[in-house]
Amino acid sequence: MTPHPKPPLLSVRNLSIRFRTGDGMVHAVNDVSFDITRGQKLAVVGESGSGKSQIALSIMGLLARNAQAEGEILFDGSNLLKLPTSELNNIRAREIGIIFQDPMSSLNPYMTIERQLGEIVELHEGASRSTARKRALEVMDAVRIPDARNRLKSYAHEFSGGMRQRVVIAMALMCQPKLILADEPTTALDVTVQAQIMQLLDDIQRDLGTSIVLITHDLGLVAGFCEDTLVLYGGRIMEQAPTLEIFEKPGHPYTRGLLRAVPNIGDPAAKLLAIPGSPPNQRRAIASCPFHPRCVDAVTDCAEKLPQLDGGNSKRACLRPVEELT
Amino acid sequence: MEARKRLNSRAFADDAAEEMVTSRSFWADARLRFFRNRMAVFSLFMLFCLFLFALFGHLLAQWNYEEIDWSVLGKVKTEGGPSLSNGHYFGVDELGRDLYARVVQGTRTSLLVGFVAGPAAVILGAILGALSGYFGGRLDQTVLGFYTIWISIPYIIFFVVWQAFFGRSLGQMILVIILVNWTAGLLIVRGQVMMLKNREFVDAARLLGMSDMAIIFKHLMPNILWVIVIYTSLVIPEVIMAESLVSFLGVGIQEPNTSWGALISEGARTMTFGTTWQLMFPAMFFVIAQVSLFYIGDGLRDALDPKER
Amino acid sequence: MNPSILSVKDVHVEFRVNQTKAWPWSAPGIVRAVNGVSFDLQPGKTLGIVGESGCGKSTLIRAIAGLAPMTGGTVHLDGQPIDYGSKSRLQDLRRQLQMIFQDPIASLNPRMTIREIVAEPLIYFRPDLSSIDRTNAARDMLDRVGIADHQFNRFPHEFSGGQCQRIGIARALVAKPRVLLCDEPVSALDVSIQAQVINLLKDLQSELSLSLIFVAHDLGVVRHISDDILVMYLGGMMETAPAGRLIEAPHHPYSQALLSAVPVPDPRAKSTPQVLEGDLPSPLEQQQGCLFQSRCPKRFDACKTTRPSLEATPDGKSACLLAGS
Repeated sequence: MTPHPKPPLLSVRNLSIRFRTGDGMVHAVNDVSFDITRGQKLAVVGESGSGKSQIALSIMGLLARNAQAEGEILFDGSNLLKLPTSELNNIRAREIGIIFQDPMSSLNPYMTIERQLGEIVELHEGASRSTARKRALEVMDAVRIPDARNRLKSYAHEFSGGMRQRVVIAMALMCQPKLILADEPTTALDVTVQAQIMQLLDDIQRDLGTSIVLITHDLGLVAGFCEDTLVLYGGRIMEQAPTLEIFEKPGHPYTRGLLRAVPNIGDPAAKLLAIPGSPPNQRRAIASCPFHPRCVDAVTDCAEKLPQLDGGNSKRACLRPVEELT
Repeated sequence: MEARKRLNSRAFADDAAEEMVTSRSFWADARLRFFRNRMAVFSLFMLFCLFLFALFGHLLAQWNYEEIDWSVLGKVKTEGGPSLSNGHYFGVDELGRDLYARVVQGTRTSLLVGFVAGPAAVILGAILGALSGYFGGRLDQTVLGFYTIWISIPYIIFFVVWQAFFGRSLGQMILVIILVNWTAGLLIVRGQVMMLKNREFVDAARLLGMSDMAIIFKHLMPNILWVIVIYTSLVIPEVIMAESLVSFLGVGIQEPNTSWGALISEGARTMTFGTTWQLMFPAMFFVIAQVSLFYIGDGLRDALDPKER
Repeated sequence: MNPSILSVKDVHVEFRVNQTKAWPWSAPGIVRAVNGVSFDLQPGKTLGIVGESGCGKSTLIRAIAGLAPMTGGTVHLDGQPIDYGSKSRLQDLRRQLQMIFQDPIASLNPRMTIREIVAEPLIYFRPDLSSIDRTNAARDMLDRVGIADHQFNRFPHEFSGGQCQRIGIARALVAKPRVLLCDEPVSALDVSIQAQVINLLKDLQSELSLSLIFVAHDLGVVRHISDDILVMYLGGMMETAPAGRLIEAPHHPYSQALLSAVPVPDPRAKSTPQVLEGDLPSPLEQQQGCLFQSRCPKRFDACKTTRPSLEATPDGKSACLLAGS
């Protein structure tokens, strides 16, 4: 571990999340640890079932009722998993903002945008209605909603998909949070709109110094946006490294597989190298590498030992040395 | 590279060992879940007993349900009580007729009405609902309009008027109950069909050139059968209740035939004379049936509703 | 030029929508979902159709398959015009042309085993076969898409999304059609699974000499699988060209904007997406002139009044008034 110059803003330590279901335990997240410093942009990449969304929900204290979370989530020194609800609510609203995939589900269809934005500061900062409106206007300008003054009185359904996601981002920004969790913020949007939203998030990070965790399945999105990337598979971290290294010298067979499976628009001739097999079954706690059944580089050891995540600035969880990988 | 080839050649390397789960159809799975529910199974057993009673109970009776026992007539209060010696197991009614035989007959009528009129009403509503949900448009508007008018008619009045015109036979009774209750499954089936018809497997079926009717009955109905089953289990006790209510009010089944409702009505009328058995026995059967049907319906809902899993 | 297997000319699709109406008999609004699209599909080739949501790309192929009402235009299969009104003629079309869908799980009937699902088309397209022959044909097809035979009697919910999509492909191809319409077949799948399905489609295409129409919003995927690409916007055709040319040198301003917005999986490439102003106009409003005029960065006065026709560009066509120059 290299000592960080700044203390981390958010530090997730040995986080495990399990769900009790009718058919037994589902191990969604297993022993995940990572840090985010102030102003950092971190990408959490994984496919469905990798546990990426559950990590975000556990940070926000929004896990489903049948979930059990173990480990620590330290935010500014306090453990979010142990905090009483009232304090958690406070941190949740003022310090961390979240953006979900579907903007419509985050917005109340029966409230004007002004009320939805204003309510946040009125509730948490005790602001008056006029201050709240002023702040709402500022934030709407910041997320570049044109004609903000007139649109304050609109309802969510009167906006287009991209504009709604801007409103959701505006909501996340109302209390000037230190951290924004963006869970697949552009998956429901078209590419041209996606480009606008990513641009906006980039500007917010630069202007306000907010840390951003971008949770996504899209490696292309990560490449242009985040300095650091964390690759999840089967609820475990496979690799964590600066984005540049992830793309140029991927150290884990899964990362390599993912990069080869994405059609590259600039290099169409290459046949896509699919990762064989299906996503892992999470009904069992496994004591081996979750990726080994699908891994082209797997050796006998892989089915028996659990690789530990180690390394300096770029960490990987693989038993085989980088040089031996195909 | 060799390793990759090996994996790719295994087609898509589905981990066969991991997938050794036994494959069960939806209905097999539902059956398993239903039989795990002890209360529902016990209720099913009780209902089975009621059916046996209705079918074979008369074999044990020493009297016909229409026959009047002249020896107790006039002394019903003192000598008409339940007794094994004179063969009136449940006693006699006000007119000196054997109550046991009358309860057997009443059980027959009530179960017949419940298990014929209930399912028939739900199926009628389900077919209309499926057609109206699938085709939409003008048909849907017409059916819905008719539905709205229909449910606004108070059914007791409908009953009375219908029976005034067409008489009070058992057949008329079943018919009128179907006509009153066909609306029960309509909306829910219509909603399910509207939701399912936009699924892509329906498009796939249309691409095979299947007719609309074939799609409704081959592809959609099996997917909403669970709704129909649950609804039927809810409508049957309701229908038995409705029949009892109208019979209690005196516009239902005609003497000397009888039903639980009619028997309870008579029993309640004479209760003040101290002949409590005349109320107790029919009421007991009625309550057993209602409670059993409730738990069976509950068990079916737990077993069939995908949301309960 | 080869005779095309599928020739689509000036197809229009309009839907009536019931917005809040003043009276039950008030006139419904009309959405022009597809606005005069024409293309030719060569045998054994793949045509990719791209565009953003609401551009009518899915509606277009659904109309070709006879699943959406075509309000204008003609479709020729193998030089024969298709009469969507005639049941028997339509059945001939369906034998030649099948479709796979976006949601792999919803496209399979949950109450049928996968063997029944894959054998079902043969009941309608090959009534001459015995039920054993049908089962065997289904078996072979499932085997071909990589579903092991111990799984044949299972139900769709026991399979993952990628497997369900392969079962959907088996169902579409079991009666050996010549054209396969793909409606966003991989957009619901994970990246690692997506590649399996694309590779499978490509392999099957060359084995069975299939012609594909591949609708998707992911330009990378479309580029990978297509020979030609057609770009749609607001129901209209913007540009069509060979895939490589269209991706490397898009001519139409909308194609340019769309391509610049695609994130590139290379952290060194600092892309500057060309941000389009404004939002998609409502398809309910009939507008004069170019469909893209309200957001086009290169618009000029004539765009407001003249609807550009498809003009030839170097090896392609573009519906832009700037195309000639």
